[in-house]
Amino acid sequence: MGNKALRSVLIPLATLIVFIGVWQACCTVFKMDPWILPDPWTIALRMAEDSALLWKHSLSTLKLALMGIGLGLAVGIIVALIIHSVAILRIAISPLLVLSQNVPIIALGPLLMIWFGFGLMPKLILLIIVCFFPIALSMLAGLGQAEPQLREYLGMIGASRWERMKRLEFPASLSFLFSGLKITATYAVSSAVVAEWLGASKGIGYYLVLKFKGYDTSAVFGAIVCIVTLSLLLYGAVVVLERLVIRWRPRSSDDWAGESS
Amino acid sequence: MKDYGHKMLELTGISKSYRRGKLRVPVLNDISLHVREGEFVTLIGPSGSGKSTLFRLIGGVERPDSGHIAIGGKVVTGERGLISYMPQQAALFPWLSVADNISSALVTAGTAKKEAKEQALEWLHRIHLGSVAEEYPHVLSGGMQQRVSFLRALLMRRDVMCLDEPFAALDALTRADMQKWLLELWESNRRSVLFVTHSIEEALMLSDRIYVLSPAPATLLREIVVPFERPRRADVWTDPAFVELKREVPELLEKGDTSRV
Repeated sequence: MGNKALRSVLIPLATLIVFIGVWQACCTVFKMDPWILPDPWTIALRMAEDSALLWKHSLSTLKLALMGIGLGLAVGIIVALIIHSVAILRIAISPLLVLSQNVPIIALGPLLMIWFGFGLMPKLILLIIVCFFPIALSMLAGLGQAEPQLREYLGMIGASRWERMKRLEFPASLSFLFSGLKITATYAVSSAVVAEWLGASKGIGYYLVLKFKGYDTSAVFGAIVCIVTLSLLLYGAVVVLERLVIRWRPRSSDDWAGESS
Repeated sequence: MKDYGHKMLELTGISKSYRRGKLRVPVLNDISLHVREGEFVTLIGPSGSGKSTLFRLIGGVERPDSGHIAIGGKVVTGERGLISYMPQQAALFPWLSVADNISSALVTAGTAKKEAKEQALEWLHRIHLGSVAEEYPHVLSGGMQQRVSFLRALLMRRDVMCLDEPFAALDALTRADMQKWLLELWESNRRSVLFVTHSIEEALMLSDRIYVLSPAPATLLREIVVPFERPRRADVWTDPAFVELKREVPELLEKGDTSRV
């Protein structure tokens, strides 16, 4: 089993190293200008040079993204529960939900700045709008798909609507909720960066704008590396959290296959 | 025949039909039956004879078109939360431990939380499942899951236990084993039971009385008082009366079938 786990880490890692190697080789062979496409080594040096700054800005972005995910999670769950409980609201709110995702955040951002100023508020609202949707949608699917046998059982023993929600529908929707949360975690950092891009005095988004305007391309790439790393970290955290919360699942067939080999 | 107490469950003139498009499909036709206190009564009939519909009516999940249902001497047609129930599939909640599966059902039936937990653990030990009390249900075999499901129904503070083909999904060996087990447990804890099966042997093994239902629309074909003493001998199936009844019932069902063609 350890062998398999190791392979699942080593192979993607090898791919990444090859990719970076090819990139480095291309830059060297074709003598690319660093302000068009810097080579990985230059980017690494630039990152080391700015490390204190990058660290500070990354932390600030991470904080914003986490707040967005937290609030988005809360709003998403509440919206899903309300819509699920009141049938008429499902019809009434659905178009609004979709609409909230149709307006591009590039358009929404400046509007929120006009209404709420340049503080934390407009950024959080933007993030909540991005974060809550996948959660609400996936959870809504999960709430409706609780096992019919269990539903029937609770009906027969006369469980109340609240009990049905608490004992059946909510726990049954948790694995759906986590699928939504994974999507949210993936988008949260990029959305936080966009929010900072629109107006902020700190964060990776702010750093990005600054370096972009100065044609400091290798620093821009450094910022991208930070953003990707943050996104991966958040995604990984959700995966770990899911394993901690959903412990009742039978072991996957993968595990069994691994044990017998 | 043993003398039993008052009628715990009484169905009077129950009829039910479903609408399928423009057609009205009758399912139950003027069914009257009763279960006395501490009596084990079996409903037997071909599949699709509306046995499950009858249970849904008793459970109050649906209402009959005509007739009424009384539990403990009170008319309670369409009221929920008065029976305990054991479905064909164990219907255990995968996210609750075995003990919590039982205790949470007891809480629904009005037992205090702490007492429910203690009772669940005590009884799990009594039926030799104490070692898996804190496991999730998926580690249990089908037969063990049904034992838990039966215990859950037995412990609920309800006047009537409804068992809906609880052994139909088990293999023959497990099934015979479970019948013996249930018989022993029930004979030492007399409850009013309405049991549904389509196995004649099972009905004769377990019950005090048997109602034979015709194919849909179901009417009562016959009421059989099972002549064997309690506690039931394990080799009751060798009794000539047993063999005779076992031969009679299918004939009855066939006749009931042809009489309405």
